[in-house]
Amino acid sequence: MAKQSLIGRLPVISHLNKSVGLQRGMLITGLVLSGLFILTAIFGPLIAPYSFNQIGDANGNFPAQAAPGGTHLWGTTVGGYDVFSRVVWGAQTALEVIVVAVIMSIFIGVALGLLSGYLGGWLDRILVVVADAIYAFPTLLLAIVMSIVISRGQSSLWGGIFSAAISITVVFIPQYFRVIRAETIRLKAEPFVESAKVVGASNLRIMSRHIYKNATRTLPLIFTLNASEAIQTLAALGFLGFGIEPTSAAEWGFDLNKALADATAGIWWTGIFPGAAIALTVLGLTLVGESMNDLNDPRLRGRRRAGSAQKPGAQKGGPAVQAPQPAADAEARNQA
Amino acid sequence: MSENTTTAAPAARAGGPVLDIEHLKVTFATDAGDVRAVKDVSLQVEPGEVLAIVGESGSGKTVTAKTILGLLPETAISSGTVLIRGNNVISVSAEKLRRIRGEDVAMVFQEPSTALNPVYTVGWQIAEGLRAHARDGKKPGKKQARDLAVEALRKVGIPEPERRVDYYPHQFSGGQKQRVVIAAALALNPGLIVADEPTTALDVTVQAEILELLRDLRDRYGTSIVLITHNMGVVADLADRVVVMYQGDVVEEAPAARLFAAPQQDYTKKLLAAVPHLGRNSASAGVTERAGRNAEVLVEARNLLIEYPGRLGSPGFRAVDGVSFSISAGEVYGLVGESGSGKTTIGRAIAGLTRISGGSLKVLGYEMLGFKERTFKPLRKDIGFVFQDPAASFNPHLSIGDCVAEPILIHEDRSPASVRQRVAELLDAVQLPAEYAERFPHELSGGQRQRASLARSLALNPKLLIADEPTSALDVSVQAKVLELFRDIQAEFGFAALFVSHDLAVVDMLSDWVGVLYKGKLVEQGIGSQVMGNPQDAYTKRLIASLPVPDPQEQAARREAHRALVGG
Repeated sequence: MAKQSLIGRLPVISHLNKSVGLQRGMLITGLVLSGLFILTAIFGPLIAPYSFNQIGDANGNFPAQAAPGGTHLWGTTVGGYDVFSRVVWGAQTALEVIVVAVIMSIFIGVALGLLSGYLGGWLDRILVVVADAIYAFPTLLLAIVMSIVISRGQSSLWGGIFSAAISITVVFIPQYFRVIRAETIRLKAEPFVESAKVVGASNLRIMSRHIYKNATRTLPLIFTLNASEAIQTLAALGFLGFGIEPTSAAEWGFDLNKALADATAGIWWTGIFPGAAIALTVLGLTLVGESMNDLNDPRLRGRRRAGSAQKPGAQKGGPAVQAPQPAADAEARNQA
Repeated sequence: MSENTTTAAPAARAGGPVLDIEHLKVTFATDAGDVRAVKDVSLQVEPGEVLAIVGESGSGKTVTAKTILGLLPETAISSGTVLIRGNNVISVSAEKLRRIRGEDVAMVFQEPSTALNPVYTVGWQIAEGLRAHARDGKKPGKKQARDLAVEALRKVGIPEPERRVDYYPHQFSGGQKQRVVIAAALALNPGLIVADEPTTALDVTVQAEILELLRDLRDRYGTSIVLITHNMGVVADLADRVVVMYQGDVVEEAPAARLFAAPQQDYTKKLLAAVPHLGRNSASAGVTERAGRNAEVLVEARNLLIEYPGRLGSPGFRAVDGVSFSISAGEVYGLVGESGSGKTTIGRAIAGLTRISGGSLKVLGYEMLGFKERTFKPLRKDIGFVFQDPAASFNPHLSIGDCVAEPILIHEDRSPASVRQRVAELLDAVQLPAEYAERFPHELSGGQRQRASLARSLALNPKLLIADEPTSALDVSVQAKVLELFRDIQAEFGFAALFVSHDLAVVDMLSDWVGVLYKGKLVEQGIGSQVMGNPQDAYTKRLIASLPVPDPQEQAARREAHRALVGG
């Protein structure tokens, strides 16, 4: 087998390369939606015509609850904000929260999981009990409590983002902890870890050099699945009024909350657009995560029918494998 | 077929071959493109015949067997014809295929523990086939199904079948479970049984019993058997005709006696030459005194006791029970035993991977009872360890060079350049090109990985090497080369070695001194050729007699001797 380039071995790209049929369609849809979300978040200030807290310009205040069209593409809210700008800016807030939350929970979760799984003993028992206890809480309730504790009712941009992110982090740490701990316990009994022990490697060396890399293979997958959960939690917090004030940042959940009264009055544009933004972003991230999950498992992965690679026009595989497989390949297959 | 009762003579099935495979081709779709597992295979099985398909891993023998029952996964496409009593298995409908399975052809799997469902009684599982194949339009009643299951168990020699029909699989031993699997396969009295490595998961003494049973079934009921195996001893014991496969093609087909006496193809000759043969090529042939009797004693065990703790309230499991032995410098100590005999546990205890519970075990002068990692660590550089599975004993994320360098980095303070040079020397010593240091473990074949593993264990010039079944995961031809290398390196470096294996012939090829373990007790030890040639202990006698040798005539004689030994 030819050695794949570094790019070809990156998580998402390697998954795309080995997908076929419906799975490929799902993955591409997910990637397009997620890509759109990330691009909007990064270039939000350039795309949005107005600022997220702008209620007027040189021509005076914006009209309240104006229907879509004209200068306000998606209309305005009861407070006079431009809906389109709010939705675009909201993507930025959501991305910031995801990044902060997921990075914090990955670092803490992975470190605790490695320690707990490898060292075992009383440390392991205590950490597992704590993780289980956090699991047992309703996640949203925990996030609300955390956000009140962290922001103390005040809501600046980064204060809001951090309180949302940390409350999500607390909920997610047990997930990473559990996954990494389970992998570590499995790897601990693998001959290559024992062989490191036999040559006299220290615990720190075994954990960092032998277990860490092997245990974190599933992380891209949990990352995408958790990212969509993080958005949902953020939106729920905002919807319930524990999010970020409209003057600090745009937040989809908060906008939805404000659109509640509009819904019965026939003003659809204030609710539809932030709602659709939440739904599509979550859908995109979930599709990426789920497809990666299926593609990681050889039993769930769809494959092109054997023999189809011989037809001209096949993208992958090229000409049929005529030459005898290298011994290494054949053997590896059989040992698997 | 349905009117054929158990008493039908083989002749009643006559009239053409039971199985006729013509130009079978099987291709798998994989991530790396299409893999042609079976390229062009044609073979026939006559009624009452035992046909052995042999080959190394990747030869396509198991895929061929699975095609016979239509068990290929969705990713495979097959072409050609597989005729069983006039039905082409490849093209028949799913409904028809379901009827063929069990009634015309049945399968015996490799691992009896996983082939049986643990939550149903064995009687239920044997009767399952009967219920699935309602004869004359009506299913057998509960009572009738039970009677048939009892009958099937009696046929395969399970004692007290009336009582044991209600037992669950875990209440049987490994060999008995395989008997139950065979009973289930025989329940509908099929003309053909496909046995995929039926004895590979079993110990030698149990293997001999199962082979006896299969031979008996063929003689009494005229059942044809397709035997898939990599073990040439099993082939010599049971097969009438042999098909040798290599990389998806049939290399040679001949009656068993002729194949072993006069192989025609180069591949077959090479394969047969690589099979270790008990009593030939012994390391200690002609030796009369222990080689290391005057040398420094590196490992000394006295009344060694190793227990695994039991669950709360139940006593622990005693894996090693009062074993005493010693390994001297420069000596190869071979430790043989069946699964559960404690041989691996002893090897792990010497390397400090398993704690001992009693007695005394001195390794390089260090008492392992109450062992502490911190004080033992300086001694680790004098102990090398080669693991059983070369694929699993390397970190998949590190290159071979990094893996081999690891002990050097931990115990010695060297410059990166000198470490690289030492790695190149080590790879050269195990006959691997120095460029392989850049490769990752999955890019090497099994034999190459085991060489690299040997290089890693030798990195610090250890005084003692522990090899735990180092060749049992390898194909015979690869095994032969690795064993030869092991022998050469041992002669060159002069380290002492504990060689743990279940394979008597392999141990005999390498070891000066051999110990035989049985249920945690050392039943016999002595010079290798003497233990193998003239065993004293009753268990050793039985163990050696049950080992099939790759020579049909010699094996026939040994079989008689084994029968006499077990019977008397």
